Amino acid sequence: MSVPAIHVDNVSLRYNNAQQALQRVHLSVPQGALFGLLGPNGSGKTSLFRILATLVTPTEGTATVFGASTETEAAAVRQRIGVVFQSPALDDTLTIRENLAFQGALYGLHGAALRNRIDTVLQHVDLADRAHDAVDTLSGGLARRADLARGLLHQPDLLLLDEPTAGLDPMARRSFWETVSTLQATEGTTMVVATHLMDEAERCDAVAILSEGELVVEGQPATLRAALGDEMLWLATNAPHDLAPDVNARFGGTVHAFDQGVQLLHDDAAQLVGPLYTAFGDRIQSATVRPPTLEDVFMAHAGTRLDADRASLAPAYSA
Amino acid sequence: MPTALLTITALCRREILKFVRDRSRVAGVLVQPLAFWLLLGLGFQGAFQMPDSPVGAVGYVEFLFPGILALVLLFTAIFSTISIVEERASGFLQTVLIAPTSRTAIVLGNALGGTLLASVQALLFVAVWPWVGPGLTVGGVLYVTAICLGVGIGFTALGSAIAWRTDTTRGFHAIMNLFLLPLWFLSSAMFPLDSAAPGLRELMYANPVSYAVSGLRHGLYPDPPAVLADPALCMAITWGFAAVMVGIAVWSVHRPLYQTA
Repeated sequence: MSVPAIHVDNVSLRYNNAQQALQRVHLSVPQGALFGLLGPNGSGKTSLFRILATLVTPTEGTATVFGASTETEAAAVRQRIGVVFQSPALDDTLTIRENLAFQGALYGLHGAALRNRIDTVLQHVDLADRAHDAVDTLSGGLARRADLARGLLHQPDLLLLDEPTAGLDPMARRSFWETVSTLQATEGTTMVVATHLMDEAERCDAVAILSEGELVVEGQPATLRAALGDEMLWLATNAPHDLAPDVNARFGGTVHAFDQGVQLLHDDAAQLVGPLYTAFGDRIQSATVRPPTLEDVFMAHAGTRLDADRASLAPAYSA
Repeated sequence: MPTALLTITALCRREILKFVRDRSRVAGVLVQPLAFWLLLGLGFQGAFQMPDSPVGAVGYVEFLFPGILALVLLFTAIFSTISIVEERASGFLQTVLIAPTSRTAIVLGNALGGTLLASVQALLFVAVWPWVGPGLTVGGVLYVTAICLGVGIGFTALGSAIAWRTDTTRGFHAIMNLFLLPLWFLSSAMFPLDSAAPGLRELMYANPVSYAVSGLRHGLYPDPPAVLADPALCMAITWGFAAVMVGIAVWSVHRPLYQTA
């Protein structure tokens, strides 16, 4: 077995404003994986990235990247990682090429080797024809791709992408992800993507779900979905917190109440629609039966909606 | 080439590129010091009397010239580091910090960029001197250049150290104005030591900028008026101050960006 690209052992992080960012997180990412960190804003994804990027040391626990400690062997870690941060990291006034040359210098690249490498990454991200344009003239999508080129320039073995498509339109997001997939295939780079978007998490080989600084569940997207059963029921209602315990008392299964409705995980979800209407028809606006999505996985484990930004924590009613 | 050297060159080059691309900054290079100099100089011309001048009558416009040079150096150097505050909020600074390069090189690269900009601006202004004072000598210009570089390094390093700990550009402006203007006022840039009240004189002797201003006067005159120390001491204090500031900046940059419990 080769060493994992990332190994996080019992990591907690508390900032000095007493905000608890991470709590006893365990995580292992094998080499070559496309790994997703899924969670709403404020769930601790960025804090975990800061630890892996050697920008902050954990309050407790240890993190290693290819076996090197992010705390005591930061220099070795820095050699092997590339990061695309949530906020753009390019100098607006410089051209793409000047930005890449600047980045290359920080990694000891110069001369013909640097020029060749810049040409290569610009082709990877399909920006060769815009190389001499200033970054502030690029659209959001192109600027993100240029930032990706920056992260890849020194051929990192591990690339951390923190919400890389934030603020992009669907077209630009798709094109960004096509680039990422191609790179994973051609360069063999291990990639870890932090995202709060379901469809992005679905593209990953495996995901870990973070909520309020804790890792709540981890696995392949398909396995996590399958664990919720073939189908689940979603009830739209005005009073989810009143309805949920009643549904649970009558039909069993696992029931979660959220702002706009009730999630019911049950072996016979599809067969329950009729009886549910008979029992609680006056309290149900609509009922939907569908295969579970990663969003349902998130909601079932975290007890909150993925887009809720740490909003109302829903109590779970379990049989 | 070692990575540290590449880092310094790259940061320095970037600072210059950013400057050259910013038309408003380029336009301000000579206009701003000229305006300050002429407005203050001509404004105080009648009110100013040089006490016991060794070179006879030095008008206020002439007296103020080295002071304006110092002002240009101080402000250009310090405010070249304001980008650190902005770039800390964006991802730019973080990518620099996670690169496998020396943090000392990062400080030096930033400082050198701002220093070159400040020094070039000051030296362009020095070219006006022959029409104002006794003229320039090669030795004098070299000496002035060395003082400019020392002041530039010292104050870009001071700026970096403060920018590193400041969250907003507004805060940075507030802190810098708190430092910069008193340092400049008490440097014998605006009034000579002899005419200052006794309490102020001690402050002027304690102020490192006083030795930079005196140093600039040494470079511009064969026998300068209103200097606090001889040329060797002025040079030593200017570069000593620069060394201490670089030390503080390096120390600041080695502290973590995020404070944890």
